[in-house]
Amino acid sequence: MAANAHHEESFVSKYIFSHDHKMISKQFLITAVFMGIVAVMLSVFFRLQLGWPGQSFSILETFLGKWAPDGVLDRNAYLALVTIHGTIMVFFVLTGGLSGTFSNLLIPLQIGARDMASGFLNMLSYWMFLASSVIMISSLFVEGGAASGGWTVYPPLSALPQAMPGSGMGMTLWLISMVLFVASSLLGGLNYIVTIINLRTKGMKMTRLPLTIWAFLVTAILGVLSFPVLVSAVVLLIMDRSMGTAFYLSDIHIAGEALDVTGGSPILYQHLFWFLGHPEVYIVLLPALGISSEIISTNSRKPIFGYRAMIGSILAIGFLSFIVWGHHMFVTGMNPFLGSVFVFTTLLIAIPSAVKAFNYITTLWKGNIRLTPAMLFSIGLVSTFVTGGLTGIILADSALDVNVHDTYFVVAHFHIVMGLSAIFGMLAGVYHWFPKMFGRMLNTKLGFAHFWLTLVCGFGTFFPMHFVGMAGAPRRYYEYSQFEFLDWVMDLQPIISVFAIVGAISQLIFLFNFFFSIFRGQEASQNPWQANTLEWTTPVEHVHGNWPGALPEVHRWAYDYSNPNYEEDFVPQTVPLKAGEEDH
Amino acid sequence: MKLLILLVVVVGIVALAQLARVYELSAKLRKRREEDISHADHRLNASLFIVFMLVFYASVAYLYVAYGDYLPVSASEHGVGVDSLMNINIIIITVVFFLVNTLLFVFAAKYYYKKDRKAKFFPHDNKLEMIWTVIPSIVLAGLIIFGLRTWNDMTGEASDEAMVIEIYSKQFDWTARYPGSNAEFGLSNYNLITSNNPLGIVTNEGIAESLAELDASIEKLDNEVRYERGVLLSQKAKYEKELKNLKNHGGHGHAEHAEGDEAHADEHTHHGMSEEQLLAEIAKIDEMLTSDLVSVLSETALEAKKDKLYRLKRHKQRVLDIEDFDFSDAQSLSAWEAGKDDKIVKGEFHLPIGKEVEFVFRSRDVIHSAYMPHFRAQMNCVPGVPTRFKMTPTITTDSMRTIMDNPEFDYVLLCNKVCGSAHFNMQMKVIVESQEDYDNWLNEQKTFFVEEVKEEAAPEVPAAPVVEGEPTASIN
Repeated sequence: MAANAHHEESFVSKYIFSHDHKMISKQFLITAVFMGIVAVMLSVFFRLQLGWPGQSFSILETFLGKWAPDGVLDRNAYLALVTIHGTIMVFFVLTGGLSGTFSNLLIPLQIGARDMASGFLNMLSYWMFLASSVIMISSLFVEGGAASGGWTVYPPLSALPQAMPGSGMGMTLWLISMVLFVASSLLGGLNYIVTIINLRTKGMKMTRLPLTIWAFLVTAILGVLSFPVLVSAVVLLIMDRSMGTAFYLSDIHIAGEALDVTGGSPILYQHLFWFLGHPEVYIVLLPALGISSEIISTNSRKPIFGYRAMIGSILAIGFLSFIVWGHHMFVTGMNPFLGSVFVFTTLLIAIPSAVKAFNYITTLWKGNIRLTPAMLFSIGLVSTFVTGGLTGIILADSALDVNVHDTYFVVAHFHIVMGLSAIFGMLAGVYHWFPKMFGRMLNTKLGFAHFWLTLVCGFGTFFPMHFVGMAGAPRRYYEYSQFEFLDWVMDLQPIISVFAIVGAISQLIFLFNFFFSIFRGQEASQNPWQANTLEWTTPVEHVHGNWPGALPEVHRWAYDYSNPNYEEDFVPQTVPLKAGEEDH
Repeated sequence: MKLLILLVVVVGIVALAQLARVYELSAKLRKRREEDISHADHRLNASLFIVFMLVFYASVAYLYVAYGDYLPVSASEHGVGVDSLMNINIIIITVVFFLVNTLLFVFAAKYYYKKDRKAKFFPHDNKLEMIWTVIPSIVLAGLIIFGLRTWNDMTGEASDEAMVIEIYSKQFDWTARYPGSNAEFGLSNYNLITSNNPLGIVTNEGIAESLAELDASIEKLDNEVRYERGVLLSQKAKYEKELKNLKNHGGHGHAEHAEGDEAHADEHTHHGMSEEQLLAEIAKIDEMLTSDLVSVLSETALEAKKDKLYRLKRHKQRVLDIEDFDFSDAQSLSAWEAGKDDKIVKGEFHLPIGKEVEFVFRSRDVIHSAYMPHFRAQMNCVPGVPTRFKMTPTITTDSMRTIMDNPEFDYVLLCNKVCGSAHFNMQMKVIVESQEDYDNWLNEQKTFFVEEVKEEAAPEVPAAPVVEGEPTASIN
């Protein structure tokens, strides 16, 4: 076939401006790892301030210079760190990094395609992602500092340079970076959808797709439908900032001056932002759930329990995620009846989520579980997903949200359900598909150490925050000493910081393992996990076009583990059905 | 310190490298594949799941015991309902939390890999799946119904007897406004905000003061722009050139438009200026140049000032528009009048116990959020969009001090929406007291209108009596 005619590639076309989905996936992963390092470091810096307010740390001065005079973090810098930490984590690590890496790697490999539908758009998607990453990082170095209004950058705070130093040049760069990021996501997302719909190999019916692919498909659809709304929000904000419009501004008197603005509404921005912002939660979470479905089934040596219910719940979560955004706005003065509607739709999401959680647990039941590092992280994911998801029931209830809105309770909730779960899913994916990406194995024992430290520190950091929040401590405060009624619960802050810092340091184990194993890891065999899916039928050495010969043909679903009709405890999708054997 | 950290990092990396090498070598010796997890490792990870689970549960239990009483009993009527809803939610999610995590960790630990065993082939079971779809649905339906009932109670219309208080926010403090004796708030307009009128209440005095302040700023800026040295000098040079042209061409100089030089265009504006006029202009500029108003500005600074001047003039026009507002109908007239006895307080505000109060929240600059955790109350303050929240305080500050066993305790209103560098210290004290104490306190507060009069006329006179005797100010 023409597709696997091997032509010589130059270094630039192979490693840099590559059209090959496997290379692009690696580019996304490595960029995301670097962005993740930055975001984690920023969080360590502000956790130092929160744990021991006002105390001097020379490490802060070393890294932050005039942002931390005498080693004490500056107030404005604190807000900038919080904002950029959130932005990088949500968009660059967990959206770009997670979907970019695993959608790119797995979609063609698991559906049996030679490559993405458009290799060129795919490359463009990565380069826009990189450009937007570079702009976001560079915003840390401009006058006035980076954007500082929180990762949601609500106007008027973000619209008016008079309001805070971070709303100057830093904010402009934030907005530009975001527009590029969305362009990158859209190019990627369209490509994923088109590829999954059109390029499935013979026999790969939609009902035989691995759950990873289903998750990536729904994620891409969510992204394509919601990211354009973020762009419109961002473009209107740019116009308010630079062109004298007043979409979000009304009746403002700031810095001794009454501005010539009337008729706009800051709430409009919130509606637009959260119309993306809530689906975004699932854009982050669904790929992680897809990855863990695959890993849990493979390593339990059992079919994923309730395959069709899992697809159904992915679709239900995807659909519902579009009609719940108002639960971020219960205290904006929205019509109480509208609030009731959002309470109802939001709590509905708990049902497909519960189905997923119980299906995972039933998959484990009576399994023959291989506790690989990827499996450990996937089990950790189920725990964080359930633990964090449960507090969502409180936040979804408008009457209760009033008293915990924007407090540490919210910080605890989304860091566990979205932050930890998605990171665990991403790490599980890296441990599981590392041999496919780099042809080598990650060290397993370091993986164990990494998992246990991360699990303990993850919960140690975020679980106590529930109590800080319920006591009434707002998020994004530089320090809490101004409020006597919070003193007693602030005992928890240094403990949280210690867990956060130890957790951050233990990521060094992973980084070492990752970079060391790329070059020196044990060489991988073709199907190290004895999995059923198609990617493990490709040779260890990457070839352009993925399969050296003809594309594989699919005869069964991806989850025939421990099928009693077969001796082996796994039956790859390419094995034809026996006479009389029914499709799942 | 830096060196130490660097050292630790380096040593850490080296140690890890060595560790990895040891594993590497030992694995090679034993021909162990990374994907083959040994029985010992399986057992270790399985028991770690159980250990982790127990330690996790113990810590969670400790947190519940030590920090479970996160806030004292609710000090507002609706808060009691909120608290019982919260308790029910917490009980349910705690049960599910323990149940699901236990199943997860126990299964993970119990069913770890053994070579001779085969996993149970169990792809689906409709009955089971139905159970865990239906049970959560029923529980959630209950929570939704209970939750929405509480929500409707909280957000319903305030009763007619409710008193109204305005909470006004700006970077980085709070102001409360009480409607005064006529029980009605005066209109306010952000264009009228001055240091004496922080809420921009619309009165004739407010408009006059705003105009006076604007005129002063406009004049100052106008002077700065007009007396800029560079501007003056170039103006002078222009006139001098014109004068020269005039002299060269005698009496018929401006009749001919022969010269095509650059001066030509400028000439146009001063077309027809006589020699005397030009000389007078130049003399005027010379005089201006000797004035101490002369400043030297960079081009960008000059542009900025011109911009500001333009904006101030627009601002002035908006104030004039308010002045011209048609108040012929009785309602707007009374609203205009109503502002005169509004009471404005900072630092702390008082509420009478047992009386429903409806807050109106406004903001002058960015979004703030008025959060009163002890009353289970929160509402955003959005510039341009007034918001409302009603509640009935049920426990006085004094009683709460007894409950808390803390004589220093005070209710607070704090900002809960990031609003800038001093966000973390944007607060106001809330005092709940008996109706009598409240009335006394309110009577002692100054009115917005009187405060100004007082400054001019009789600073010693107590505020409240004056307001009674004050004649109604005429409009215009």
